Amino acid sequence: MEKTLKKVDIIFEIDKSCSPLAVLDRTLQRPADEIILDLIDSGLKGRGGAGFPTGLKWKFTRNETSDVKYVICNADEGEPGTFKDREILDRVPEKIFVGMTICAYVIGAREGYIYMRGEYNFLLKSLQKKLDDFNAMLTEKGVDFQIYFKSGSGAYVCGEESALFESMEGKRGEPRNKPPYPTVAGYNNKPTVINNVETLVYTTMICHMGPERFKELGTTDSRGSKVFSVSGDTPIPGIYELELGMPLQDFINEFGDGDAKAIQVGGASGHCVPRKKFSDTIIGFEGIPTGGSMMVFNSSRSMYNVLHDYLEFFTEESCGQCTPCRVGCQQLLKGIEAVKKGDKPPAYLNDLKKLTATMKIAAKCGLGQSVGNPFNSIVDNFKEEIIY
Amino acid sequence: MSTTQLMVKDLVKRNGRTRNSLMPVLQGIVQEENFLSEEAMLSVAEELDISVAEVYSTASFYTFLDTVPRGKNIIRVCKTITCHMKGKDEIINALSNALKIKVGETTSDKQFTLLTANCLGWCHKGPVMLINDDIYPDLTVEKALDIIGAYSQKPK
Repeated sequence: MEKTLKKVDIIFEIDKSCSPLAVLDRTLQRPADEIILDLIDSGLKGRGGAGFPTGLKWKFTRNETSDVKYVICNADEGEPGTFKDREILDRVPEKIFVGMTICAYVIGAREGYIYMRGEYNFLLKSLQKKLDDFNAMLTEKGVDFQIYFKSGSGAYVCGEESALFESMEGKRGEPRNKPPYPTVAGYNNKPTVINNVETLVYTTMICHMGPERFKELGTTDSRGSKVFSVSGDTPIPGIYELELGMPLQDFINEFGDGDAKAIQVGGASGHCVPRKKFSDTIIGFEGIPTGGSMMVFNSSRSMYNVLHDYLEFFTEESCGQCTPCRVGCQQLLKGIEAVKKGDKPPAYLNDLKKLTATMKIAAKCGLGQSVGNPFNSIVDNFKEEIIY
Repeated sequence: MSTTQLMVKDLVKRNGRTRNSLMPVLQGIVQEENFLSEEAMLSVAEELDISVAEVYSTASFYTFLDTVPRGKNIIRVCKTITCHMKGKDEIINALSNALKIKVGETTSDKQFTLLTANCLGWCHKGPVMLINDDIYPDLTVEKALDIIGAYSQKPK
């Protein structure tokens, strides 16, 4: 079932007749299992990029036996080209707090944390007050749950969930081995639900509008809508909530400047789609999944510079813990520089591609595993720009 | 007891004497002193009863937890792709010329440090820079220079 581009207003919608707090009151009256069933039925998958079914995550954590469990909101939005979580935090923070509280009720948590990147600390001026009010309101209602802010300090890798836990525990933000998964052993090695900012808002909204209405949007594999961060060569950069499952061609017809030659879908760690593939690329879990970053490049841009920029980014942001990622990122960067200068023959790009295959298998976390996405999609589609 | 030691004592008291408090304590010190001095790190280790190597290990991992002296105002210009496309090089050059320092350096009066940063999350409004905790999107060279000018007027 092919979809066309459709703008939606769920995340930022302000419904005067039904405030987030009213949704909270109503939802806390319902049995926890029923809420989980609704979430599973809605088909909501994580909006941070990895796309794990949210209802299952909550269910697994609920099923763990532990006196202490945690709800964590991952607001360490660091993927280049992504800025939607900042906007959500700024405009509808209460919907996030409510989503966290519903989750806490479902899994049995008494503490929740919002881990927000240090680059967004300026938001705290207004957010801390709103959170204090919300916490006070919970205490007044007799809900045994409190939320706290934690700040990051400028490390992209801390958006990886286990690195985020390490950082919260006062350590270097180095990802852990998995399993165990966070649902079993997350923050402080206790069962933890960690959800992206946007995902938590959707849980609130699904509790508000019901799974049926959410399911009406999107496709079988990609239910609902998603907030997109649109940047680059577009006359209308910004944040847009769109129905999932649209062809990239529809997207570019709306947002392009008429001269788009490529779109980087999913940020630096995502895939680069060239113009000739716009019409048969679907935005969603059945096509190219995305954390929401859409960077448009027109024909005036050098794709070598784009790839070089991404590789520099990964080389700097690799935590350095595992060799495939630490050395791999450096070698990819040096490799394309050498090919460009003519120090290495064009065929050397094939060796570099093999290196990304090794990184995909051997790197410890998503950072190193996904460097091959931009590398291969840019090298394969714009080889002449990399070489000449 | 030095002012640094007193500040660390106070930060530990407010955040709790546990390993999990290390990040907020270090962030608190940077807020006050712009960087983590050896004295500060030694003092944190003592207060939290952990090895100073562990304090340094954590501190040295994070870009915003500097272990070398920084100026009172830390400028971080975003250098990632969209800001690159929108002209971050011109902004960096203009700031560098105005402050007479290169990227990574601090002015002799210790008022400004000029740095670059990876994606700051304002790709639709680039180029963008962060000064301490405050964000300045939609920059032009003139705007950037005005902003720096306003910071230099502030009481030292």
